[in-house]
This record gives sequence, C-alpha cells and structure tokens, in this order.
Amino acid sequence: MRMVVKGNGAVAHAVRLSRAQVVSAYPITPQTSIIEEIATMVAKGQLDARFIKVESEHSALAGCISASSAGARAFTATSAQGLALMHELIHWAAGARLPIVLANVNRAMAPGWSIWTDQNDSLSQRDTGWMQIYCESSQEVVDSVIQAFKVSERVLLPTMVVLDAFFLSHTFEDVEMPEQEVVDSFLPPLELPHKMDLAHPAALGNLVFPDRYMEFRRKMDLAHDLALGVWDEVGREWGQLTGRTYRIVEEYRMDGAELVLVTAATAGSTARPVVDQLREAGVPVGLVRLRVFRPFPASILRSLLGGRAKVLVLDRNCSFGHHGIFHQEVKSALYDLPQAEQPRVCGVIAGLGGRDITPDDLEEMLTGVWKDRITDPVTWWDVLSAQDPAKAALAMS
Amino acid sequence: MIEIRIHGRGGQGAVVASQIIAEAAFREGMHVQAFPSFGSERRGAPVAAFVRLDREPVLIRTEIYEPDGLIVLDQSLITQKLVDVTQGVKEGAWVLINSAHEPAEFSHLGPFKIATVDASRIAIEHRLGSITSPIVNTAILGAVCQLTGFVSLDSLGEAIRATVPIKPEANVAAAVEAAAAVSVLAPQGVGR
Repeated sequence: MRMVVKGNGAVAHAVRLSRAQVVSAYPITPQTSIIEEIATMVAKGQLDARFIKVESEHSALAGCISASSAGARAFTATSAQGLALMHELIHWAAGARLPIVLANVNRAMAPGWSIWTDQNDSLSQRDTGWMQIYCESSQEVVDSVIQAFKVSERVLLPTMVVLDAFFLSHTFEDVEMPEQEVVDSFLPPLELPHKMDLAHPAALGNLVFPDRYMEFRRKMDLAHDLALGVWDEVGREWGQLTGRTYRIVEEYRMDGAELVLVTAATAGSTARPVVDQLREAGVPVGLVRLRVFRPFPASILRSLLGGRAKVLVLDRNCSFGHHGIFHQEVKSALYDLPQAEQPRVCGVIAGLGGRDITPDDLEEMLTGVWKDRITDPVTWWDVLSAQDPAKAALAMS
Repeated sequence: MIEIRIHGRGGQGAVVASQIIAEAAFREGMHVQAFPSFGSERRGAPVAAFVRLDREPVLIRTEIYEPDGLIVLDQSLITQKLVDVTQGVKEGAWVLINSAHEPAEFSHLGPFKIATVDASRIAIEHRLGSITSPIVNTAILGAVCQLTGFVSLDSLGEAIRATVPIKPEANVAAAVEAAAAVSVLAPQGVGR
C-alpha cells in the first residue's frame, strides 16, 4: 500500500516486514525515531520480536551479535558517535560472519557537535568487513533494508543501510510499502549454518593461530566478491516482485555523456533534474550514483566511466590529509583502465555537517568542471577560503 | 511543483501542519515531501516547516529557499520582526497569515497574494489547545484549501483524521469554518 512516512519510519516498517526477531538498540539523534517506532510495533504485537533496551551502542551491537549467533534475525540502528562506540563490535560482527542489518543515519562526527548529515561516520567503518549501501529516497530505504537481510543471510556478512540525516530521516515522503506476503515470499526465515546449537556444542570466537587467521580473512574477502553478484541478483528479483529493480550502481542519462557526476545518497536524487537542465543547455552530462559501496563495484565503474572526458566525484565526507573517500576509490578503480580511456577526475567536498547541496550548487560544480573553471584535484565547496593556508591550519576560530 | 514554507512557534504545530498538507495532497494522487527545519526546537521559539507537492515524483531533496506559498501561524513573528518571513518568497506567491486583521494590514510585505484568517479565534471556539496558546494548525489549513484549491476540504478532513491524535472532528470542523472565513487581498501589479 502507498503511505506517507518519514525515512526513519520507512526503516521501521521494513524491519517489521522483514520479521526481525531481535532488535537491540540505544537512542541517538537523528536515528531515535527508528527504534521508537520499532519499540511501539513490538509493544502493539505488530512485530513478534524481542526489543532489548541497553545502556550503550556497544551493548546494542553486542545484543545483536549474541542474538544472531543463536540464529535470530537481528537489527539495530545508530548514528555518528553511536556507530563509533560500536566500532570494536562492528569488526566482531563481520569476523563472526553474522548477517546483522544496521541502519545508520548519517550524522557528522563531533566536535563541534552536529546532528546533521555527512558520511564520515559510516565511511570510517569502511574496512571492517561490513557491506554498505547508500540510499537516495525513503522508498529505497524500505526496499534496501529488506534486500539487505536477504543478501546478508546469503553471503554471511552484516550490512549497514545508510540514509542521510534529516534529508531522509525526518522527511515525510510517499512510499509504496510492500505487502507482508510479498516480503515473506522474498525473504525466507533465517537458517544460520553456524548458529549456536546445544545438540552440537562448539566454541565461538576462539584464539586463531597465524596458520589459520588469514584463511578466515580471505573467506571474508571472497564473500564480498560473491556479494556483488548477489546484490545484483536480489535487486532484480525485487524488481520482478514489486516493479522496482535496483542496481549496484544507478546510472542516469549516460548515453553520450562526456562529463559524469559520481555521487551517493540524496545528492544523487537532487542531481537528476540538474542533469536534465544541463542536457537541455547542451552540456553532455550524465550521473552515476554509488548505491552499494562495499563490496566496491570497481569493474562496473570502469565500464561506465572509461572513455569519458571528465568525471566529477562529489563527496559528503573527507579523508583528512587526502581526498574525499568516494573520490579516492573511484580514481583507484579507473587506474586499471588503459591510459587513453582514463577520464580526468576532479573531486568536490561539499555538504559536511548538513550544509545543503542545492541544485544551484550542483549546476555550478558541473558547469565549472565542464568549462575548466574547476581543475584542482580537490575543491572544498562553499567554504571561506584560507588566504594563508599555513595560518588557517592552526587557527581555531 | 509547489513549494510551501510554514512559519510558527515551537508548540503551534507547524511540523504537523506540513505533514497534514502532505497527507491531503497524497490522497489526491500527488507525490509529497514534508519536513521540519532541520535542528532542535524549543517551545515558543520561531520554527519553520516545509512541503513539496508535485504530480511527478519529487527528486529534489534539499531545503526550500523560494517558496510558492507561505503560511504564518503567528502574526507576532511579523509584527515583532522576529523572522523575515517573506525571505525568498516568489513574487505573486500566496501568503496566508493567522490574524484578526484585514490582509491590507500586511500589504507592506511585498507583491504577494496576501490573505488572513483568524485561526486563533476559530481554534479557541473549537477548544483546540488553550485560550492562551490555541493549536491553530488545522484551522489555518482549511483556509489554505480555500485560498489555493490544490487540495479539497474533503481530502484535508481525511488527512486531519489520519494525523491528529486527539479531537479529530473538532479539528476538521475548525478547518471547515476557517475555509469560509479567509479574506484575500489580490497582489498589486501582479496578475494571478
């Protein structure tokens, strides 16, 4: 049925439809209303799950790890400092090959305190072995949470479903909420092959000597390779059931595109009318939206971007001392192209701490790159320029 | 696409008003977005909320800077000059103010289609909120229907019943009464 929900409500409904069995969570803005809604659903009997209230995010994920180890479908949600506090157990969940799904509402890291969106919280968990998927709409949030359980349970890796603070979390949108029967036919009950079982006692999380540790890590990496195909397959299967097919990388107006904007999350949605406008003005621009970020779709990006003249990567994040994180990853993927097919790549860092990325900003960035007004490897967008970089670096006001 | 900005004070129901408009337009087959000004809210402090409506899916996911319509739940935001309510508002846009005054009193705001409705009086009569701080958000939306015609009073009534947790019928009645009580001043020099 169609309904109007907030992005956070969309997550909660998807968790309900996925029949999560254990939800263990701790509140933090802007995520809190996800777990409030789930708690209400559990209290009203709309979701047959155990809701575990804990004293920290570290314990929230510990609860999910325990539940998942016992074979239950487990979910949690968090943001920013909460995700950072989970960090030790983020590694644990992936290493233990537990198909937990976590919704992270992107929120900028403190200090200075911010409750607004950027991607440094989720991207600083990049190397933990979790899969990550970035959503552009509440519809995609619903569909991706359900798909995440399916993919996670197939490849035995946890998934972080990521949505922008406020631009999605607190915005009401019209969403097609799938029927329970559809989700049930898509997502069978979890059968975890290595679940704790009293009939077959085993020790989990043991000491692993150097002669075996690497083998476990190699298997995690192979599972990521496998997952790329599974995300594609599951996105198509969902399309057959609902009419909404999802790709690992979403492309828009790429026919004849000589300049390509690569970005993720809601900026990729706002960019579409901008691309239309620029096309009408004769600028041959196209759009690539990174949806699945881990596993990283390097070969897809090579085939989409190879031979184009210019690529602009827009990052709502920064790896301090280097580039935007999507920018680095896109560039490293393109290095494997023959030199004649390598586009020139520029990076723009924008929208940190929830600063808006407007259609006008996007138009200015794209025309700037197209007309060679923007040629630096990395441009910080819309910040007061530092006259003397050495002085600016040490000034605290 | 229609973009609307709602100004009020924390506790007056600006955010719920945005949600009700979205629900009403959704019932007429439109694609919708409704969101608060992103951040924290305090009771009595100026707040804003926003709505986008379109026959096509709404792809722009940013704040609204140049609204086509403006709702002011509390005239003191204007008279005490607390907020520049018309900032970025498009020329010829409609501006609806909760006020017992005639719209001509607000003609200094600029070249807009200015309308007023005494939503506070109507809300008090229907016992919505208290006499000192009436909840005016549903009443004023009836006036929005009358002024703009982009959603029907029937759809608004359904949206109010689906969204407002207490006294839904009194809220619907207030909206209907406000629809009949709105007075409009056509913009000078703007044909619309």
